[in-house]
Amino acid sequence: MRFKKELDFVHLSKYFYIFSIALTVAGLIFLAVLGLNYSVDFKAGSNVDIALSKNLTADQIRPAIEAIDISHEPSISIGDKRVNIRYEQELTEDQDEAIKAGILKLDDKASFEINTVDTEMAKELARNAIYAVLISCLGIILYVSIRFEWRFALAAIVALVHDAFMVVAVFSIFRLEVDLTFIIAVLTIIGYSINDTIVIFDRIRENLRFGKQKTYEDLKILVNKSVAQTLMRSLYTAFTVFIAAFFLLILGGESIKMFSLAMVIGLLFGAYSSIFIASPLWLLLKKRQKQPVKSSPAKG
Amino acid sequence: MKRLMSFIITVAVLTGVMVFSTPGLLDKVHLGLDLKGGFEILYHAEPMEQGGELTRASLIKTAESLEKRANALGTSEPEVTTEGTNRIRLKIAGVTDEVEVRKKMKEPAVLTFRSAAEGDAAETYSKIELVGSDFVENGAEIGRDNLGRPEISIKMKDKDKFAEITKRLLGKELAIYLDENQLSAPQVNSEITAGSASITGNYTVESARELADTINLGALPLKLTEKYSQSVGATLGKQSLDQTLMAGLIGSLIILIFMIGMYRLPGLLASFALILHTWLLILVFVVADFTLTLPGIAAFILGIGMAVDANIITNERIREEVRSGKSILSSVKAGNKSSFRTVMDSNITTIIVAAVMFGFGTGAVKGFALVLIVEIVLSIATNLYFSHWLLTLLVKAGKLNKPKSFGVKESDIRAL
Repeated sequence: MRFKKELDFVHLSKYFYIFSIALTVAGLIFLAVLGLNYSVDFKAGSNVDIALSKNLTADQIRPAIEAIDISHEPSISIGDKRVNIRYEQELTEDQDEAIKAGILKLDDKASFEINTVDTEMAKELARNAIYAVLISCLGIILYVSIRFEWRFALAAIVALVHDAFMVVAVFSIFRLEVDLTFIIAVLTIIGYSINDTIVIFDRIRENLRFGKQKTYEDLKILVNKSVAQTLMRSLYTAFTVFIAAFFLLILGGESIKMFSLAMVIGLLFGAYSSIFIASPLWLLLKKRQKQPVKSSPAKG
Repeated sequence: MKRLMSFIITVAVLTGVMVFSTPGLLDKVHLGLDLKGGFEILYHAEPMEQGGELTRASLIKTAESLEKRANALGTSEPEVTTEGTNRIRLKIAGVTDEVEVRKKMKEPAVLTFRSAAEGDAAETYSKIELVGSDFVENGAEIGRDNLGRPEISIKMKDKDKFAEITKRLLGKELAIYLDENQLSAPQVNSEITAGSASITGNYTVESARELADTINLGALPLKLTEKYSQSVGATLGKQSLDQTLMAGLIGSLIILIFMIGMYRLPGLLASFALILHTWLLILVFVVADFTLTLPGIAAFILGIGMAVDANIITNERIREEVRSGKSILSSVKAGNKSSFRTVMDSNITTIIVAAVMFGFGTGAVKGFALVLIVEIVLSIATNLYFSHWLLTLLVKAGKLNKPKSFGVKESDIRAL
């Protein structure tokens, strides 16, 4: 903890702004060109997840699943004692059963999870998710504005939209599958990343009460001090939640893999943004308010 | 001494209650079908015929009818709920013959009156004379015949049609079928012109009531199409449950070890509060009869991570106060006070997000949000109030008076 006073977070933040902006631009380009790799939750179609008692190859499985009358070529991914088959078309009950029967001939201990969503439903899910993100942002802006001031609210929102977007960007860049649990993860990250930010803002607000900060330099020192004072806290809290999410990722069930992955990525960005983005951004907003004071020497 | 005693008694009693009740509680937790296998279907309901009307009442009737059918097929605890104006969600766990169940669910029960066509074997009837839509909706009632036996009366929409049929079939049987099941095959004794028919037979009041209900339900003209379906095999569900629980257990253990290593005795108190928090959450699940799903477990584990935050924020704050040279008691007081606001602020913002998720979500999202909200409320109670109380009790009892017990080195303390 002795390094506390030596780190100039405000100064460092310039480099992190550049990093975040670069990643945002990259994310935007990927999103615009490739979009997201939507799962059936949003795209309509069927997803067949099979747990096997032995390993099967794609060639062994193919005849079993191609027997059904379907125009699209399904995509098959093989894991350890697991197979995932994706159809862009919604399977009917009969087709569901035909696939099951085919696989069961190869492995009578196979267990299935089949998800089918139709297009209209998928659109509705996506629409609701977007509304949910927007409304939670509004709610947070409102709450933080009341409890703190609008500059804190604005900085907090930028930081949390940043976190949420970074997760979306990483998923787009690495072509990771976006399903319903991904949306849950993004919403949770929004709720969680604001926690870290608020802890630091709370400290800034508290420190503001001691003595007057007349110049930008004063404020800068105050922000650096506040971030340093809360740094260990932020790191510890981020660490504990990270541990929870991390173990869900490596050990948790297959169907929440994407949720856990999104959480892990989001938590890392959440901790990063609350330290290097949110507070310096608040300073930037506050600086503009302070300028008139500096230009009138009468008040010195 | 009094304070120390109340501390020891509180901890001992709570530990006892938790240890003895946990196995029973865990057995009573209602598992979602993603954890025990089963299937979920979201139906879109629309009128059977074009121009027909879809009312709230007909939707509820259809849902009831689905539930009855599921029960009749011997499935355990089917869950049928209506959603919005035209949707019905059906959840059935532990089904062995899924195909059969899904087929039976969707098919509208068709009520037909049939007569023997030429070439039919004895007591089989294949010529359909009347169909479900020929009857007045909800027109089946039970009554008693002259001998006091229960009978079911049905009303026809078109009197003349019925009159023609009964005249033609005089002395022959007019069999009543629900789907392909023959309910009864009464003989037509006279031409019926009043537009209502009675079904008599060896019915008890109960079986007559059931048949009348079935006829009423069967005649209900709502067409169901599957909008979303999820089916999970029992083995896969069990596997998900085991994996996720294991992940949660290991994650939680590491968090507890971290807390104790970092904050010593206060960390131990925090760990106790965390365990109490988890136990209370399970209790809420059982008492409120929530269904635990996979996203629910994820929220559960994540919530533990977040509940730790409250403890870390408080303990870090107390350490800071200790370092500034205050006495332990005033450090604990000041630390509790100033961290309270921070913890509340951060918890409330998370509740805002969870409430939005609950409002906009369906199924899995709603479940996740609900767990998160319950968890935050419990966390405020246990990790804020209860943990503060325990800590203050110990400090006042004089058992926690060295900076070392808070993980603070003597050398870090500034002189006042």
